[in-house]
Amino acid sequence: MAVTAPTPDTTSTDRIEKRVVLRAPRARVWRALTDAAEFGTWFRVKLEGAFAEGRPIQGKLAIPGYEHLTVEMLVERIDPERYFAYRWHPYAIDPAVDYSAEPTTLVEFTLEEVEGGTALTIVESGFDRIPLTRRAEAFRMNDNGWTGQIKHLAKYVE
Amino acid sequence: MSSKRGAAAAALQPDAVPLFAALGDATRLRLLGRLSAGGPLSITRLSEGTGVTRQAITRHLHALGRVGLVRHARRGRERVWDLNRKRLEKARQYLEQIAAQWDDAAERLRAFVEQKGGEER
Repeated sequence: MAVTAPTPDTTSTDRIEKRVVLRAPRARVWRALTDAAEFGTWFRVKLEGAFAEGRPIQGKLAIPGYEHLTVEMLVERIDPERYFAYRWHPYAIDPAVDYSAEPTTLVEFTLEEVEGGTALTIVESGFDRIPLTRRAEAFRMNDNGWTGQIKHLAKYVE
Repeated sequence: MSSKRGAAAAALQPDAVPLFAALGDATRLRLLGRLSAGGPLSITRLSEGTGVTRQAITRHLHALGRVGLVRHARRGRERVWDLNRKRLEKARQYLEQIAAQWDDAAERLRAFVEQKGGEER
């Protein structure tokens, strides 16, 4: 309690933050994020239905080798052209496991107009509440090539 | 863990669970923080200003040592503790992997919204 030494980044385990500037108008980026079909195109998931505040939405992944996996999202807030947030279970990729009772992470997209385009900030937080065994499991899944698979695809589509 | 793939994967990283468990304690995270900023340090130095007894600090260091996050060595008559940065790196991989996926997703989003005719359909 009396310790004042700040916790360095090396031990931060709760949150991920990304910021990118996209050369596209804010309205265009907003549609790509909040139109479920457009979201599915770049995120690679076939969502059934539309995003609506407080409503769950789900769909199968559209990644070769992972099509049997269902992603479920619960939309938290849609603040037009500014803020879009949903909750989900990160790495809920074992069909044999019921993840519904586990804590979720919060994914937030924030848009801001900048010179030459739109700044998008993506934050995913709440990892510290995810059970340790699940984090370790996801970590192992990663080692099994999940990331490699996605990287490979990203190259393939560009 | 109940799936076949999970079991196969478990063989790859059998030590990940105790590693995360060892990290899930405020005192231990603070010890890692201090060692990260200015290790190697003796137990006396690590206990300073913490309000935690030397015995408790020793116990926490051993818990971290068991999963390979810290190591100790002799420095003259003293025993000093230091980070095993490679091991800590492993614990960070989880978030880094997820972060890498967001990087990839953001790049796909970029390609999607910046493509020709992307302004208006």
